[in-house]
Amino acid sequence: MPYIQNTDADRAAMLEAIGVSSVDELFHSIPEDLRLREALPLEPGLTEAELSARLAELASWNRPATGGPNFLGGGFYDHGWAAAVDELAGRSEFLTAYTPYQPECSQGTLQWIYEFQSMIAELCGMETANASMYDGASACAEAALLALGATRRKKVVVSAGLHPHSRETMATYLRYQGVELVEAPLKDGVTDWEGAVDGDTAAVFVQQPNFLGLVERLDPVKAACEEHGALAVASVSPVAMGLLRSPGAAGFDVVVGEGQGLGVPLGYGGPHFGFFAARQKFVRKLPGRLVGTSVDREGRRAYTLTFQTREQHIRREKATSNICTNNALMALRGCIHMAALGPAGLEEVACVSRQRALELRDALCALDAVSEAFPDQAFFQELPLRLAGGDAAVLRLKQAAAQAGIAAVLPMSAWHPELDGVFTLACTERTSPEDVRRLVDVATQTFQMEVAL
Amino acid sequence: MRPADRSYSASHEWVQLDGDLATVGITDFAIEQLGELVYLDLPEDGGAVSRGEAFGEVESVKAVSDLNSPIDGEIVEVNSALADELSALQDQPFAGGWLLKVRVSGPEALDGLHDAEAYEKLVEAEH
Repeated sequence: MPYIQNTDADRAAMLEAIGVSSVDELFHSIPEDLRLREALPLEPGLTEAELSARLAELASWNRPATGGPNFLGGGFYDHGWAAAVDELAGRSEFLTAYTPYQPECSQGTLQWIYEFQSMIAELCGMETANASMYDGASACAEAALLALGATRRKKVVVSAGLHPHSRETMATYLRYQGVELVEAPLKDGVTDWEGAVDGDTAAVFVQQPNFLGLVERLDPVKAACEEHGALAVASVSPVAMGLLRSPGAAGFDVVVGEGQGLGVPLGYGGPHFGFFAARQKFVRKLPGRLVGTSVDREGRRAYTLTFQTREQHIRREKATSNICTNNALMALRGCIHMAALGPAGLEEVACVSRQRALELRDALCALDAVSEAFPDQAFFQELPLRLAGGDAAVLRLKQAAAQAGIAAVLPMSAWHPELDGVFTLACTERTSPEDVRRLVDVATQTFQMEVAL
Repeated sequence: MRPADRSYSASHEWVQLDGDLATVGITDFAIEQLGELVYLDLPEDGGAVSRGEAFGEVESVKAVSDLNSPIDGEIVEVNSALADELSALQDQPFAGGWLLKVRVSGPEALDGLHDAEAYEKLVEAEH
């Protein structure tokens, strides 16, 4: 089967139409010495069956994260979803990564986006939310832009417990804007805000739970922001919102986050989606698309893009954001997932995930070599543990787990050099008691062997 | 003819000077170009404005425009009630629709702005 579908007759017709006698004549302006005279060094063509077999062989080298127990977290979690998510999101009416360019013709698409916005806003305790962002990291960067514009200030304070991807992406966005990006350090595993916020601060960013998996206190952040006129911004795990107090309830101004845990496969790092929710008073400063309801000329409920004066096609370089499209297909999965679970279902997912993490903590910390890194702090589904043997022991445990077919152990020193010997483990509702037992067995054998040596 | 007791910028703002206190607004021509206003964003008291730089924005059903300051100075008063009463700006841009009162260094703050007659010509050229 030819990859380029033009027949000889097609080519002849096209050449005739432009008045050229041959393809060589068409390209006559390319100098002789730049032309390739020999054939490209390609392997001979494969049949469809041979090609499928070759690709299957290459694919078999992958180690899918879902191929065995998976305790890796770090912002992306091995949560499950109902079959309805795959089925509905795969429908051809929905199967696109783009929000529509002729939007009001696509009422079904606008309806799900409206429902998505409504559920995200409720989950975050906010009054409004947009149609989604690329990911949690770009959502953080866009929240910084909103705060800088709203306060007309030039400084942003971020917790060192904010995901490193988010901090790096914010630094990239803000690099040429003359903005000072300040990090508030971690102290005993949670953010130390002492002296970090002042009258020049546009926004304060905290992550809930933080990158170590620990629960941050929201009230001191809100109080510092209120005192100095800064916006309080939280980047949250949407699954944790099934159990923890929402930043909205704590008086925060903007809530963003990574949506992967809501029905999106880990997928070797993407695509995922981000979400962005805010107080109603910031609605004109939101990035991206926004769907609202109206009525059509017969008085029926209709969905429409709204507040478009924020966007590039109207405001050009002064638009609130340069986001052109979003990861709408992934956000659709999130929408269906949230609708399928409902508030009680999400709470149950959160409770089971946390319960497994507690069991894992208890079993591992019974070993002499393992202890809780920050025993005074609360965690949700992910927890930082410390090995007496430092990073060398962390690496041994990670390798031993991998050999046993378990993806586990995220060393923290790569991002926080002071945390030598500290790593995180995460559980989800998919983690079985048997998975926990297998990981504990691996740890027991690894460290028993070391004692014996 | 627009009020002769004030100065005009090419970006359609007006300034009326009383001692070192300048009142700033936008012209009827700006309003006409924008159409029906839906939203006004003004700064808080106490900040500074610089000539040619945006201090706020105004949104109509068809566009959003920056509000550019025609002068340098310190904001001493903002017509903050206007945001909830856009008809005052829509209908009386030279009176109740004023936007800011700004403290300026002196009459030289108006240097380079147009008088009503010159502004009239400018607007005719844009029509």
